Amino acid sequence: MRHLLSTKGLGREQAIAILDVAEDMGDVSQREVKKLPALRGKTVVNLFYEDSTRTRISFEAAAKRLSADVINFSAKGSSVSKGESLKDTAQTLASMGADAVVIRHPASGAPQTLAQSGWIDAGIVNAGDGMHEHPTQALLDAFTIRRRFHGAAARGRDLDGISVAIVGDILHSRVARSNIWLLTALGASVHLVAPATLMPVDLEGWPVTVGYDLDRELASGPDVVMMLRIQAERMHASFFPNAREYSRQWGLDEDRVGRLGAGTIVMHPGPMNRGLEISALAADSPLSTVREQVTNGVSVRMAALYLLLSGERESSEGEPVEEEQSA
Amino acid sequence: MPARIVLQQADIGRALTRISYEILESNRGRDDLIILGIPTRGVQLARRIGAQLSEITGSAVPTGSLDITLYRDDLRRHPTRTPSPTEVPSGGIDGATVVLVDDVLYSGRTIRAALDALSDIGRPRAVRLAVLVDRGHRELPIRPDFVGKNLPSAQTERINVHLAEVDGDEYVSIEDNA
Repeated sequence: MRHLLSTKGLGREQAIAILDVAEDMGDVSQREVKKLPALRGKTVVNLFYEDSTRTRISFEAAAKRLSADVINFSAKGSSVSKGESLKDTAQTLASMGADAVVIRHPASGAPQTLAQSGWIDAGIVNAGDGMHEHPTQALLDAFTIRRRFHGAAARGRDLDGISVAIVGDILHSRVARSNIWLLTALGASVHLVAPATLMPVDLEGWPVTVGYDLDRELASGPDVVMMLRIQAERMHASFFPNAREYSRQWGLDEDRVGRLGAGTIVMHPGPMNRGLEISALAADSPLSTVREQVTNGVSVRMAALYLLLSGERESSEGEPVEEEQSA
Repeated sequence: MPARIVLQQADIGRALTRISYEILESNRGRDDLIILGIPTRGVQLARRIGAQLSEITGSAVPTGSLDITLYRDDLRRHPTRTPSPTEVPSGGIDGATVVLVDDVLYSGRTIRAALDALSDIGRPRAVRLAVLVDRGHRELPIRPDFVGKNLPSAQTERINVHLAEVDGDEYVSIEDNA
């Protein structure tokens, strides 16, 4: 793997392979010594043009558990506020010898630009770009679902037959987009539920079904209910009348949680607006995987960094690993 | 040059039986043995040795696997390698006598990686090394405690170990790659 920019185009086999490596990384996180020497001497830069807590510290923990050196860069308080361009920042990082750049950017496509520009030779990981994609979030969601449904025998499995309802602000959500491509590639069926104002206009080519009524969707018995955050920073128009109205129609409140089957899981990418899209009762119930998602996030990001940074730098696709003779 | 068979299935079985008795003898009756195989074929060999030890002693000898992929010193010289699971008995390895099992001992670098991996999991009382074939050409100061067969070889030659559980058939052969 040269870069991880999106989940669109990721095949089933490749996705399963990443999740399997994440299982091995997860085992390491259970040990007393949570450290592997695999990326010793590599430098990972966290380049964050948008605020983030969990994604940044998750990448930082992942890189450190693999023994890489981590440099954190946030646009606030940097030369970016003096007007430095992405190109100049990238070239600065290249001069410092960054092996991988984890980038979060408010503009869709910024990671792609970085990967294709030739400004920097490092592996690029998309940690969320505008309203486009957030591939490691989707991978950790898929990993969490697979663990919940297949348990210890999760290695090598896909998500065939699992139905996932993604509820909330689909329009602005890069988490939803990445999940749609990845979960369907793994064999799950995805249903979108949102107010009509928060549903993208053109859904042609999206492998999903669409609904506008949360109660009807829940009555159909989905295996996974994924609640999306109402992104206050992107609510520039009147997408819904007010928070109470949204919460009553599309929030996962006490009453709706009570109607979920015992095997259903409730997911949320965080940070949660408790009382808005998800009630405290739902967030803290045994059905909720919110904290598992954070734990699994580190494992999945370790897997991504390992697959990106270990091994020979491949120009295109790597050759298959030959059976080793040295022992 | 075609491959020449050096160990048949029965030879492999006898070698593992002898190794099992040698492990017991050298461990002087203590019941603190844990047999850990290095993937892929070392894991199968470890299971067989563990089963024999359990049969001989009458009490279960725990076995497991120790993946060394993430501890290799040549990660950046090869295409990305996929790790295998590490499975250690639930009681851990602290204070135990760990016998590492691999199919072929060659440069010794795999074992160096295994020792690093082991020290991140716990602190065994002692670590021993059992291999089915020792082909020489060590690059590190490492030697095996239990050997199925010493097989002097040229570096251009290739040793193939086939085990029933992994490959369907079972033999050890040597062929010239030059």
